[in-house]
Amino acid sequence: MGAIYRREMGAFFISGVAYVFLSVFYLLSGYFFYSGVILSGRTDTSPLFSSMFIIVLFLIPILTMRLMSEEKKNRTDQGLLTAPVGLWDIVLGKYFAGLTLFIIAESIVFVYAFILSILGNVVWSTLIGNYFGMLFLGSAFIAVGIFISSLTENQMASAVASMLALFVLYLFDSFASKVDNESIKNLILSLSFYSRYVEFTQGIFSLPSIVFFVSTAFLFNFFTVRVLEKRRWG
Amino acid sequence: MIEVKNLSKKYGEKQAVNNISFKVEEGEILGFLGPNGAGKSTTMNMLTGYISSTSGQILVNGADILEEPKKAKSYIGYLPEIPPLYVDMTVEAYLSFVYDLKKCKLPRKAHLKEVCSLCRITDVRGRIIKNLSKGYRQRVGLAQALINNPPVLILDEPTVGLDPNQIIEIRTLIKKLGKKHTVILSSHILPEIQAVCDRIIIINKGEVAVDGTAEEISAKLTNEHRMTLRIEGATGTTADKDEIVKALKGISGIKYVRADMEREKGIYDYDVETDENTDARRAINELCRKNGWNLLMLQLSDLTLEDIFMRITTGDALVGKSADSPKIRINLEESSPAETRSDKESKEIESDGGNE
Repeated sequence: MGAIYRREMGAFFISGVAYVFLSVFYLLSGYFFYSGVILSGRTDTSPLFSSMFIIVLFLIPILTMRLMSEEKKNRTDQGLLTAPVGLWDIVLGKYFAGLTLFIIAESIVFVYAFILSILGNVVWSTLIGNYFGMLFLGSAFIAVGIFISSLTENQMASAVASMLALFVLYLFDSFASKVDNESIKNLILSLSFYSRYVEFTQGIFSLPSIVFFVSTAFLFNFFTVRVLEKRRWG
Repeated sequence: MIEVKNLSKKYGEKQAVNNISFKVEEGEILGFLGPNGAGKSTTMNMLTGYISSTSGQILVNGADILEEPKKAKSYIGYLPEIPPLYVDMTVEAYLSFVYDLKKCKLPRKAHLKEVCSLCRITDVRGRIIKNLSKGYRQRVGLAQALINNPPVLILDEPTVGLDPNQIIEIRTLIKKLGKKHTVILSSHILPEIQAVCDRIIIINKGEVAVDGTAEEISAKLTNEHRMTLRIEGATGTTADKDEIVKALKGISGIKYVRADMEREKGIYDYDVETDENTDARRAINELCRKNGWNLLMLQLSDLTLEDIFMRITTGDALVGKSADSPKIRINLEESSPAETRSDKESKEIESDGGNE
């Protein structure tokens, strides 16, 4: 797993994906920080984080699009699958590389917090809560992105399909509001990424939501492993 | 070292590999020969655990590839048809990655250096793989397989894309490696197999057609029962052809006569085959003398590996079926060459699809 993790980290920077991802992330989060926090004259960082949901939704597919698809296209998967490593090692190596880059991006909020602390009192508890909320959200989204990447050889197809899938997850809340049946409504709401994420931005550190995001991440990594396995038996 | 038992692979309805069994001993260089789409790559992909078999068993150094995949894979160095290179990396970084991936315990610097000098890529170590020529990429692919000194090397068409000098170099290298490693090598280049391998398996339509050493195979199949004659008829014109063919067929023991090309004006070559117990040379000479023909040439045809390959893979019947030899098995199906060809093509498509 370590070897694959290190290679993927290197590849993020060699291929330029890391630079695109980080610069767009910093640019947009900087804008939301300025417009949502500084201009409103408050030191609460929650508006920043609730705006970031949509940014993360569009940026994570950029991060994950080539992780599996490129291997398949260049036939480098043959090297990995015939090496003495397990399928979980391969998938998790890639997953944690993606997650690491996401953490590098997300940690910019501490710079913002530092700036805020000069201007006033930062509510550190909501900031840390938000930070972890976004981390859990990202960890689930990355697993979804890698899974979709494993289904295709085409990076663009992978990116577009992932954006679409994450966007549909985002829309769950508005689906729910259109449904009359109470139990179906609750079911959809319980699968909603957005409402769970928003809980964090409101300063609620909810254990069920953490379990939800972590198990989503696990589930989609498991699906990716199954895709690799199935290809072998094809 | 490697034991393959009743291995089969089906892609949907298509039988890509059908009930193959063979053993490779330690230190042996085995050549895997077959036309495109015969099932070579499919077999190698199964040996290395890249794809799974539909049925059958593969043991690498005693470890079952499906039950103990990590252990079995750690014994194998594999160079696939398309080397699995990350083209954005430098040669050095890539090999270092493979070193980590294989969890190699040998001293890193010394081992990488040794592998690089063995494959003659020391001078390109700092370069990005993308910018290397095909020959160099192939050698980086080979270097990748050699990392961690696996006891078994599986090389799928290792000389593709190399220039003649490099081909000779790689062959020499493989021979050298064969002293310490067990090597399985696939190719559709016959001289290569002949030059490098101790033992040859010819695979056709997913089945083992021939298994034996090059000498064994050709010794069994070459004999004085096939020859080429050049006979000048009485008139020295094309008109003689049919008469000569007819007369030759009249000699007892001759079972096949075919007029070949007109080699000199009005003079033809004739391919003749006799049954196994007949030496027809004297009778042919006698025939020519009696009819006043001139026997200008009598040449015994040695079956080269190429002939054997061609005959087996196009479904022609072989002379002297050697079913009596336990070491050489020959399975020939009665089929017309046209059928074989269309079958091959569809199999090629099939195996391509399977690799994706």
